[in-house]
Amino acid sequence: MPGDAILFYVFGAVMVVASLLVIGQRSTIYSVLLLIASFAALAGLYVLLDAPFLAVIQIIIYAGAIMVLFLFVVMLLNAPHEQAPADVERHWQGHGPRRLGAVLGLALLVELVWSVWRTSALQEAQVGAASARQLRALGSVREIGHVLFTDYGFAFEVTSVLILVAMVGAVVLAKREI
Amino acid sequence: MTAVLIAQIALIFVVFTALLMSAAVMVYAERKLAAGFQQRYGPYLVGPKGLMQPFADVLKLLFKEELRPKGADSRLFYLAPIIAATAAFSAFAVVPFGGETTLFGLLPEPIKLQVADVNVAILVVFAIASMSVYGIVLAGWSSNSKYSLLGALRSASQMISYELSYGLALASVLVVAGSLSITEIVEAQGGSWLGILPRWFVVVQPVGFIVYMIAAIAETNRAPFDFPEAEQELVAGYHTEYSSMSFAMFFLAEYINMVTVSAVATDLFLGGWQGPWLPASLGWIWFLLKMSALLFFYIWARWTLPRYRYDQLMQFGWKILLPIAVLNLIATAAGVIYFAR
Repeated sequence: MPGDAILFYVFGAVMVVASLLVIGQRSTIYSVLLLIASFAALAGLYVLLDAPFLAVIQIIIYAGAIMVLFLFVVMLLNAPHEQAPADVERHWQGHGPRRLGAVLGLALLVELVWSVWRTSALQEAQVGAASARQLRALGSVREIGHVLFTDYGFAFEVTSVLILVAMVGAVVLAKREI
Repeated sequence: MTAVLIAQIALIFVVFTALLMSAAVMVYAERKLAAGFQQRYGPYLVGPKGLMQPFADVLKLLFKEELRPKGADSRLFYLAPIIAATAAFSAFAVVPFGGETTLFGLLPEPIKLQVADVNVAILVVFAIASMSVYGIVLAGWSSNSKYSLLGALRSASQMISYELSYGLALASVLVVAGSLSITEIVEAQGGSWLGILPRWFVVVQPVGFIVYMIAAIAETNRAPFDFPEAEQELVAGYHTEYSSMSFAMFFLAEYINMVTVSAVATDLFLGGWQGPWLPASLGWIWFLLKMSALLFFYIWARWTLPRYRYDQLMQFGWKILLPIAVLNLIATAAGVIYFAR
């Protein structure tokens, strides 16, 4: 087995196990840490896909910034173990939520099967030197920046305005008398 | 091919050992210099001029009892110092400290004096720096002690706040160099203007350099920004409950982080291994000299400046340092576009 394949299975296994444990055990702080482990494994997969920029951005933004915030909240709330009062349990174990969960799970499964099938069809259609070159360009920061500010310029600006609005909203909510 | 591979493995080993030794050297330098600033002798009993003092310290820590407070989360309590030390060591992996060398003709083809040549090296350094906060936060939380928790919370908020300025200072260098690879950034600083002024980025980016150094001191939790372990308020902050080798690992991580930050500053602003008189294969001597100067500055600042107040730290970080860094980045980008035309 080539080295890349071994690494793929290692990272994949870490990711799946960590993700399952995130919801599989009750300590909130361990959930946060396992989620970080899962993000790190995902970054490893990105490196294997020749997308080092995406991998590093994944670590900086998700593992480095967002999860620190999560950890902060967990620490401040001081909730080491998830509380499971009887009425909450009964409410979430009723028939309605279960049916909804089943429908959502089914929808996800269909989406996954469809995307895997479609990707393999696309790959078969694109075998050739040109597509390999384009794929390599995906990993270069220069190329990503170029595409981001030309083809996806509008989406980029809209996203930044959205984040700005969220920031202003947070400040307004936190500070009632400005 | 095999000779190059062996050289690479040897290089990894050398870098690892050098980082460990640099922590020992830094402890000795810190104690001697502190003594100098305060007109004392400093350590002078263990070995000639007290040179063996750091090793005596490590031996003492090794033989100490490993204590764990009641109610501490034992797994996270032991994991936290490991995270801190691992993050500190791994950041140096992408920092180059010399040009290509054949080790005086021993190797058939030259190798780079750098453990891993990644084309997004700067971002890797930044990412690992942002991971090192977990060691401190987990140490504070798992200790089950109010001083540790408060120290950890302070540390996390301080590191998040100063990470922004740190990243923007890095970005302004990237804009000037036009590359994310540290090796290429160093190579872009070769030569000189008018034959005297070296083309180091500190000359074109003085504001960026100052912002970087201030943010780096805050990132590594050193005085005057050493709030996570402010003795007067928090006993010893996040490592209050740690003893023996777990404490030593936090100590090690702090010094190695300082070394890494200074090494990155040397590569980005001070021209890395480029310098006059020495041949290119001995460039790492220049690198060590420049890095030592920055580390001396670090120690100097610690023993000269009093600690800030916590609200002053936040005000300074968000209302002064961050706007300066943003303006510097915009001005740099404008300048690059203007001169590129």
